[in-house]
Amino acid sequence: MQRCGYVLLLWLVGSVLLLCPVSGVMRVKDKAALTHKEPHLKPSESKSNANGTEHGHGSSIKKVPIVTFKWHHVEAPYLIALWILVAGLAKMVIEANHHVTNVIPESALLICFGFILGGMIWGADKVQTFTLTPTVFFFYLLPQIILDAGYFMPNKLFFSNLGAILIYAIIGTCWNAASLGLSLWGCHKGGAMGDLDIGLLQYLLFGSLMAAVDPVAVIAVFEQVHVNEVLFILVFGESLLNDGVTVVLFNVFDAFVSLGGSQIDAVEIIKGIISFFVVAFGGSLLGLVFGLLVSLLTRCTKNIQIIEPGFIFVLGYLAYLTAEMLSLSAILSIVFCGVCCQKYINANMDEKSVSTVRYTMKVLANGSETMIFVFLGISAIDKTIWVWNTGFILLTLLFIMIYRFIGVFFLTWILNRYRLVPIGFIDQVIMSYGGLRGAVAYGLAVMLNESKIKEKNLMISTTLIVVYFTVIFQGITMKPLVTWLKVKRAAVTELTLIEKVQNKLFDHVLVAIEDISGQIGHNYMRDKWNYFEEKWMSWALMKPSVRKTRDHVFNVFHQLNLKDAMSYVAEGERRGSLEFIRNESAFIDFKKKFGDEFSEAMPDIMADMSDDHGAASDMRRHPVPSVSLEMHEQTMKGMRETEDINTHHLLQQHLYKGRKQHRHRYSRSHFDVNKDENEVQEIFQRTMRSRLESFKSAKMGVAPPKTISKYSKKDQQQKMPNGKSLDKSKSYYSGDEDFEFSEGDSASGYDASGSTFPMRVTYRAGAGIENPAFMPDMDPMAPIQIPPWLAEAELDSGMVAPSQRAQVRLPWTPSNLRRLAPFRASAQSNDSFMLADAPATQPRDDEELPPPPSPPPPPSNRDGGYM
Amino acid sequence: MGSSSSSMDNIPNAEELMQETGFSAAHLLRLYERFEFLDKDQTGELRPEDFGAVGGLALNPIGDRIISAFFSPGRETVDFPSFVRVLAHFRPNDTNRTRNGTQQEPVNSRTRKLKFAFQLYDQDRDGKISRAELLQVLRAMLGIQVTEEQLQSIAERAIQEADLDRDDAISFDEFRKSLEKVNIDHKMSIRFLK
Repeated sequence: MQRCGYVLLLWLVGSVLLLCPVSGVMRVKDKAALTHKEPHLKPSESKSNANGTEHGHGSSIKKVPIVTFKWHHVEAPYLIALWILVAGLAKMVIEANHHVTNVIPESALLICFGFILGGMIWGADKVQTFTLTPTVFFFYLLPQIILDAGYFMPNKLFFSNLGAILIYAIIGTCWNAASLGLSLWGCHKGGAMGDLDIGLLQYLLFGSLMAAVDPVAVIAVFEQVHVNEVLFILVFGESLLNDGVTVVLFNVFDAFVSLGGSQIDAVEIIKGIISFFVVAFGGSLLGLVFGLLVSLLTRCTKNIQIIEPGFIFVLGYLAYLTAEMLSLSAILSIVFCGVCCQKYINANMDEKSVSTVRYTMKVLANGSETMIFVFLGISAIDKTIWVWNTGFILLTLLFIMIYRFIGVFFLTWILNRYRLVPIGFIDQVIMSYGGLRGAVAYGLAVMLNESKIKEKNLMISTTLIVVYFTVIFQGITMKPLVTWLKVKRAAVTELTLIEKVQNKLFDHVLVAIEDISGQIGHNYMRDKWNYFEEKWMSWALMKPSVRKTRDHVFNVFHQLNLKDAMSYVAEGERRGSLEFIRNESAFIDFKKKFGDEFSEAMPDIMADMSDDHGAASDMRRHPVPSVSLEMHEQTMKGMRETEDINTHHLLQQHLYKGRKQHRHRYSRSHFDVNKDENEVQEIFQRTMRSRLESFKSAKMGVAPPKTISKYSKKDQQQKMPNGKSLDKSKSYYSGDEDFEFSEGDSASGYDASGSTFPMRVTYRAGAGIENPAFMPDMDPMAPIQIPPWLAEAELDSGMVAPSQRAQVRLPWTPSNLRRLAPFRASAQSNDSFMLADAPATQPRDDEELPPPPSPPPPPSNRDGGYM
Repeated sequence: MGSSSSSMDNIPNAEELMQETGFSAAHLLRLYERFEFLDKDQTGELRPEDFGAVGGLALNPIGDRIISAFFSPGRETVDFPSFVRVLAHFRPNDTNRTRNGTQQEPVNSRTRKLKFAFQLYDQDRDGKISRAELLQVLRAMLGIQVTEEQLQSIAERAIQEADLDRDDAISFDEFRKSLEKVNIDHKMSIRFLK
């Protein structure tokens, strides 16, 4: 791996070296693509297009060229693509060494990598050809990062801490800006930095651009330290919102500077303050409007599912640009667009589109984050911008640190008087220390107008120094500091249903207590909002079909079951093909937890709960939202790919296809109905036979055998030697003809094994159940989990059971039976599939059997995860 | 405690109550005002109907359970001290107080908070949450969004998760264990206004 990394690095360096002379040659176009990408892109393209055609014409007269070298034709996009590639490769090389990234955050490494690249370019060109320009940064690199942050915002956490976040973001930022500006000015007056041509207003302008904590830097550093979620959301939320604030402040002071000191009177200042609020709230409002727009749009995109993910990005970007156009806060706009639409678009869109959005979001955000850091590094290697003034630079660093601490501590002191859960001292330290400055400050510094601010270059270099210091030094020391101070880390919690139920209960209790004690508190507000949201917003913005199943507890339940189904299959796969043995090793944790005498209804689930790998899937519809930029941390955790692929393949081949593949795909335009004629035929015959039989037995009053048994200890300990079982199961699944689903056989088989058969509660559709409403067949979860109140249900003779032949081959051990479970599940759903398709031929069954909309079996669910 | 009906001008046993519940005088005064406001017919005691008059509770899916949690078994009314004592469960846990007061567990301790939540389920007060009891609560909270079978299986699963001794019911100990990772102090506290 390492070696590979070095090779790549060499290659990279080579490619860059190649690139540099080329771009050097092309310096006719002075600053190359990235510096003036946008004004340059379209014209140059069309121009070179014209050139190309002209060239073609011209040359056709002389002789036909076989190949022509048309660098100009592709220059701009080519360079952009190359840079993206280089940045991506840089990240790959850096990430290859985990022991390095554990110590030094990736952002710092990327900046250092930028230094190296910049050095090379400088060496080749003798001038810095590529720098990070504000336009590129603000228009092409920043929006997707902010959109990503908004889209993955943990809403509940964010809004329950919104008050604190706003205080930090608004008052804190203003405080930072003012204090830094004034102190620098004071020091200047005191003569600490020699002869500089900077007035008070310029200092304030500088203070305002330095004030903001940078979201990109904060995410990059904090996602690696895993501090507790409240601390994270405070720092992160602040960094997001204060970008809006800082841009506003910057614009106001910029206007003041342009006006000149003498022109500023009370009216102008008041106008500045008003514009501050208009810009900030107007931006947020615009974002909300766009968010609602996206949500509404995704409500009706079911016929163009293939492009619906695009809408989110386009509208998000439009929200950003529109705000920019109206000179409102673009960052706030896109944040709130993401925050507002996430719930509805996740519900409205097809599952595939949702994961597309997720991944694309991460790809874009991660990519531009990488680019930003690399270019921050590259930009430093430029002789023309460096103006050194020790006093100015050091004092800036010092003041930033000090005032950040003072601001945070003071504001927290006020906040803590009103907070239910006060922010602890250590958390405050981390918050203050986490005040990283980043590319936003740099972008603003570059935007300074040189004609009005003589010391622009000094400001740029100071900003760069501050950025490097905070990102590299503070970034590196953050982790040790967090460890040393014993900051409460994010708890790694296992998702449990009971916890979710409890949380819901607690919410209700708190609202009730606030009601009773007659105060309008936080919980009261949230409850009212939820009510409003449920009643109106969801009604307007969500598809009717998805509105029902939106409850959180149910979602968790669904997730858990999906997870179980996944690990169930994964477990069987791991143990050798389809042998779903429940031996002690699978039960170890479980036994620890529940004692020896477990079992009852849900052996699979229990066993799978104890089985912690192969858990997560991208099928999970609502993973805990996280602002981590690392997608794989969220979804790929513990995924054992090869096995999954194998399993997928196996299931694909050997399970009958359910009628509907995916539970959640309402309103699909393409509906995969089982088309395999033979299969359909076979299932149909089996179903018919079994129903006939069950009907007969019901009529004759023969009560099907009751087989309620518990695991005996013996069973659990009974473990098949691995080789043998593998062997057998191979022969087992190798041919479908082995499965003859004649219920006569299976019934007797189950009978024979009645004493040892594990309580996978099964039931027969149609007979012996008093309450048809309780038919687990209607229940999506039924195949995985059948509650014990159905325990009296008879064994389903129609279920898939091995044929006589198979039974002869297999000794009747509980494990053998259990291993059949997945097959049975699939057969079950096909039962109702058949019903749905052939109601005319089966008029009698209609009354006894569950109605058609039968959910697909969990194996198919799993199937879907890989499509 | 006693049926000492509260007089109009001052709160009976205010000192004791403050000691016991940890509410400050301002809190207590505010709650007393609230109590009197709820006590429409000025009996000095609240009846369930008085609680029912609180608007939000009618919308609260488990409102009736919470109301009944204010009434000790067999009693039809609740007086001010008991009222405050119940509310005191939801005071945030100030750490210094708990550390000092080892002799007696304060009413807002983690255990007491959990006990309160537990009793919301345990309607028959047998010390166990049976499946039926859990199901009732779930039904109330999830409502029509989920079908009955789904509710059943959710209840089943929830019980399985918590049920350590496999008696198909959740005892208080099991209940507490299942919520070990939850920060009860955050989840079961509100900030009482002064």
